[in-house]
Amino acid sequence: MSEAAVKSKTVLFQITRQDSPDSNPYVEEFELDYRPNMNVISALMEIRRNPVNTKGEHTTPITWDMNCLEEVCGACSMVINGKPRQSCTALIDQLEQPIRLAPMKTFPVVRDLQVDRSRMFDSLKKVKAWIPIDGTYDLGPGPRMPEKKRQWAYELSKCMTCGVCLEACPNVNSKSDFIGPAPLSQVRLFNSHPTGEMNKADRLEEIMGDGGLANCGNSQNCVQSCPKGIPLTTSIAALNRDTTLQSFKNFFGSDRV
Amino acid sequence: MAGNREFFNRRLHSLLGVIPVGVFLIQHLVVNHFATRGEEAFNNASHFMESLPFRYFLEIFIIFLPLLYHAIYGLYIAFTAKNNTSRFGFFRNWMFFVQRVTGVITLIFIVWHVWETRIAAMFGAEVNYDMMADILSSPFMLVFYIVGVLSAIFHFANGLWSFMVSWGITVSPRSQLISTYVTLVIFVALSIVGIRAIFAFV
Repeated sequence: MSEAAVKSKTVLFQITRQDSPDSNPYVEEFELDYRPNMNVISALMEIRRNPVNTKGEHTTPITWDMNCLEEVCGACSMVINGKPRQSCTALIDQLEQPIRLAPMKTFPVVRDLQVDRSRMFDSLKKVKAWIPIDGTYDLGPGPRMPEKKRQWAYELSKCMTCGVCLEACPNVNSKSDFIGPAPLSQVRLFNSHPTGEMNKADRLEEIMGDGGLANCGNSQNCVQSCPKGIPLTTSIAALNRDTTLQSFKNFFGSDRV
Repeated sequence: MAGNREFFNRRLHSLLGVIPVGVFLIQHLVVNHFATRGEEAFNNASHFMESLPFRYFLEIFIIFLPLLYHAIYGLYIAFTAKNNTSRFGFFRNWMFFVQRVTGVITLIFIVWHVWETRIAAMFGAEVNYDMMADILSSPFMLVFYIVGVLSAIFHFANGLWSFMVSWGITVSPRSQLISTYVTLVIFVALSIVGIRAIFAFV
């Protein structure tokens, strides 16, 4: 518990708010009584219970997204003191005051701290981030996956599509259509699965298209920012090698797989 | 390659920065270094380069066209980034930012440098030791040349690092770390060569 919090017994928030997707953002301040073990979400709930700002004005409750409250769903991501992260695991005791909350502006803002992360889910569809197992007849059990590889792939599967890596990436912005690190790493995950590998070329060719892998500028902010510690830049470099080979195959080779 | 023009353009941009532009940069710096052996040595070396067979062919296809492509596409890349080093002050993010800054500085420098030497030569000026000594006698131009040469060398060395990532040569974090050190050494070594040559004219 930080000393400042004990002394003042209050927590000050500066929250960037926005009433609708097209309206201008503004900052509103809130002061709450300190309670032990608060996190940003419990503080936002407290404000929702009694939405009065520091000027004493009664205002609208703050809108934000949340779901699992244990940093596995990715829904509650926001920019806290300048860094994108999940608000459920942002403990008040560990944050410098005033605590600044803002939406992840890389995504369209719906209202206040709530953003629309649809583009990430669209990207997952685009890169075919699944393993096709349906057929018109029983396709059988499929090839086995070595246990070591499964353990390694598990790390990549921890991605919760939270959007932090896109927020951190300097090449994901309104001037570029780069799909960002998260869906790229999913390509590596599904390409390394023994059954998923059968559609490897489809996924590689998708990320060789416009807005794909080649837009990465190697700033490596994504791997530094990922809350799940996913080796995003290793995935990107590995895909760089795969797409290099795929492009040689496409140009010089004759078999289309 | 119709479906993935951007992929092809980006990879070509990365490749051309090293081969031939980067190779030409090293060759140019090495030839400049003859100036440290005196006026005559430099003039002989530059005369040898001037009198290479197929000179115009070499200049156009090894230097001008690749450089022009790399510069124009590079500007587009630099200005589509939204730099955020103030929020994310990681080493690689700074390198990303400085790579773009040095790219633009290098372009300005090269345009001026080509105008002052190669284009001037087309209008009858003689490119030799005296020409450079004359240019570098101005303190402003001396600083401009030092900044320009260091920018070009940094852009090449750091670009070599990202070339190896972009083509999938250095994949593991360890190989990327070691190539950071290797390219740092390349930056320092070429800087010594470049700066020594500049001061040989002063």
